[in-house]
Amino acid sequence: MSFINYLSREINCKIVYYGPGLCGKTTNLQFIYSKTNPDAKGKMISLATETERTLFFDFLPLALGEIRGFKTRFHLYTVPGQVFYDASRKLILKGVDGVVFCADSQIARMEANMESLENLRTNLAEQGYSLDKLPYVIQYNKRDMPAIAPVDELRALLNPNGTPDFEAVAVNGDGVFDTLKAIAKLVLTELKRGGAGGGGASGGSGGTPPQRGPISR
Amino acid sequence: MANPQMVMYEEEFNLIQAIVDRLVREANAKVVFIIDKDGQLIANAGETDHLDTTSLASLTAGNIAATGGIAKLLRENEFTTQFHEGERANIHIQLVGKRVILVVIFDNKTSLGLVRLRVKKSSEELTGIFESLLQKVQDPNHITPFAEITDDDIDNLFND
Repeated sequence: MSFINYLSREINCKIVYYGPGLCGKTTNLQFIYSKTNPDAKGKMISLATETERTLFFDFLPLALGEIRGFKTRFHLYTVPGQVFYDASRKLILKGVDGVVFCADSQIARMEANMESLENLRTNLAEQGYSLDKLPYVIQYNKRDMPAIAPVDELRALLNPNGTPDFEAVAVNGDGVFDTLKAIAKLVLTELKRGGAGGGGASGGSGGTPPQRGPISR
Repeated sequence: MANPQMVMYEEEFNLIQAIVDRLVREANAKVVFIIDKDGQLIANAGETDHLDTTSLASLTAGNIAATGGIAKLLRENEFTTQFHEGERANIHIQLVGKRVILVVIFDNKTSLGLVRLRVKKSSEELTGIFESLLQKVQDPNHITPFAEITDDDIDNLFND
């Protein structure tokens, strides 16, 4: 949940990158980290296994600039994507302000995408949030891989409600910042509407209708 | 229902900071900080210049969240206190009022017993302050300054 500090005139928000194992959540954060001005970022922390698989979470604090004299800071987190780390995923969703669902575009990973999305809905519901009311964007990652599903098919399966969505190749940065900007805007817009104050249960409906994001490739 | 938004005002911050400053002195600690359970740093005192407090806040919150998850599996309510002993630095972590975390980092110039004693007193005071703070935020007349933000303000943030 966002934290507003009137004294230091700061607002902190939490964004979580969710998705199946090996879809590129950590890669998104690594690219953001590598391309961000040192003044605007803190240290990136990765709690990973020896084989570089996320064990608990990755964390990247990011400053985006000022709005009406308030410094906006975003804390980006990833979850461990592997199915058996579900208990950890639930913990990381606590206090979330916005979610990026990172889907793997490869046809072989469609079932994993759908399973992860369902798992996201379930875990959010356990905390009193609804994905339909929370700031939320989808990224179709790995568009450079050979056996990928067409975007229309991905949309039909993963995005029937028309949430803003983006194609990406996170490993070389395509679509990474488009995705980040979109979710940050949605979070700030929600804050403006006062939705953040009431938790997930009160936010959401009545805002501007969802729009497709620009497709970067 | 998710936790309500955390807001910090000058009045409460000064009270909290005074407690944190006093705790550093009375417990003879190196560093004291307070974070919320979502990993946001609220206040700190002591030798913080060389410390990455943002990362510490996030990792401590992750630690508390993981321990809370274990407690739930064991049908415990919460494990409210944690202590990690290192060769040079020790860390005492206390959950306060189920909402914020009080962290004390100390070395061999003090003792765990003294730290625990001082933390207990400070926790009681902090619980009262955070309770009144949350009541303030939940007041239906509470107005967020962000209601006046325009779409242009948000767009301007992203102009490269």
